Amino acid sequence: MNEPLIQVRDLVQRIGGQEILRGLSIDLFPGETLVLLGKSGGGKSVFLRHLIGLMRPISGSIIVEGQEITGLTERELEPVRRKVGMLFQDGALFDSMSVFDNVAFPLRERGERDPSAVAEKVARALAMVNMTGHAHKMPVNLSGGMRKRVALARAIISPPDVILYDEPTAGLDPIVSDSINKLIRSLQRQLRITSLVVTHDMISCNQIADRIALLNEGRIHFLGSVGELRDSRDPVVRDFVDGRSGETVY
Amino acid sequence: MRMLSICGGLFLTLIASLGELAMLAGETFSSIGRGRIRVGLTLRQIAEIGFGSQLVVVVTGAFTGAVFTAQAYFQFASLNMETAVGPVVTLSMFRELGPALTGLMVAGRVGAAMSAEIGTMKVTQQIDALRALAVNPVDYLVVPRTLAMLISMPLLVVECVGLGVLASYYVGVEVLNITGVYFLANMQKFTEGSDILMSLIKGFVFGGLIVFISCREGLRAKDGAVGVGRATTASVVTSSLALLIVNFFLTMALNILFPAGQR
Repeated sequence: MNEPLIQVRDLVQRIGGQEILRGLSIDLFPGETLVLLGKSGGGKSVFLRHLIGLMRPISGSIIVEGQEITGLTERELEPVRRKVGMLFQDGALFDSMSVFDNVAFPLRERGERDPSAVAEKVARALAMVNMTGHAHKMPVNLSGGMRKRVALARAIISPPDVILYDEPTAGLDPIVSDSINKLIRSLQRQLRITSLVVTHDMISCNQIADRIALLNEGRIHFLGSVGELRDSRDPVVRDFVDGRSGETVY
Repeated sequence: MRMLSICGGLFLTLIASLGELAMLAGETFSSIGRGRIRVGLTLRQIAEIGFGSQLVVVVTGAFTGAVFTAQAYFQFASLNMETAVGPVVTLSMFRELGPALTGLMVAGRVGAAMSAEIGTMKVTQQIDALRALAVNPVDYLVVPRTLAMLISMPLLVVECVGLGVLASYYVGVEVLNITGVYFLANMQKFTEGSDILMSLIKGFVFGGLIVFISCREGLRAKDGAVGVGRATTASVVTSSLALLIVNFFLTMALNILFPAGQR
């Protein structure tokens, strides 16, 4: 196998006195789609935020394309963040800007001044996420699924090496979820973008994953293929896959 | 013992807040020094701060000058010193009332809006999105607001003072029948360039205070809409109190540089 694009070792994070990550270690390889499963509130999104320096761990190491990032300053992290895009759970679109300006934002920030080149790239990115014709709208006038699509267009307009997806299908109906999953898959195939998808949606997981990791009690409890997850007899994995809480109904 | 612990806690909070403010100011000026200036955003903020504050500054300046003139006249008339009203009002407007009142009005109108806008961006992950897109939030949000405020505030102060003096002349001469020639002559005799400079310096310093306190409160916002409300309130209260406290020390310091009553 190739050298990992992202290597995480013994990551520890504590929030409000509670240990969220307890020595998490995992590798992300070029071109793959790794799905990170886990319970709500289990630290999946917290983990994701560490990978682009939005949070700093208490201890542990994160190496992105050969560079240790845990000790970098905000300014030193900027080149890393140009290589690793992130799709936030609610899209995190800039609500003072139109869809067009949101998608054009990374281009303009990276010095693209030619309006026709910007317009062409924005149109292409919006077409990739099936949002052609919505460029003039404001984020407040978009549905949850549309916001995520626009956020995805913003993330891929200057194609990064890796995209981190934070619960891309959370709160969406099954049809919109399916279209988002297909979009993630097609982006991976068309642009060869490496993806790390955090979710607790098993359907989504089955559709897009090359490998699956299960986060349990702050550590990677399981790492394997979709088939291996399905066939696993581990009780924690089985509870998650079968959707069992272990609580008794009185 | 408990009292001591509370006082100690408050003192530590104050020191931490001052440290955070100093760090934000340092980072902002460092960004400006490195030329990380977005001209379009700065111009938009100048319009927001300068043009958007016209109504409050006009009303504040004009009515403060008018009411101060009336009060000074009622006191001075009994001593036959009506012609001293002009210089008293003008000097007070330049050295004290203009900068302080403009600062308080701008803290309420612009500072609150800055905190609310940045705070909303913080709690809706828009600031994290900026960071994730390799855009430094200080460069993008704080630098344009700082430059706009440092340019706009002295101009707003001058406008406030100018309108206060005009209103003072109108009320003194047209309403209260002070002789116009004496009013103007005394005003010119007792007002110097240093008074105008003091006004501009205070406007500049107060602008800096308002923008850094407001941006810091916005950047620290958490816990959703409630947190944004809390940040906005904290921004207005802290800016106003800081402005009043700093005003005293600034007045004492500037009075050493530009002593009053040396004419």
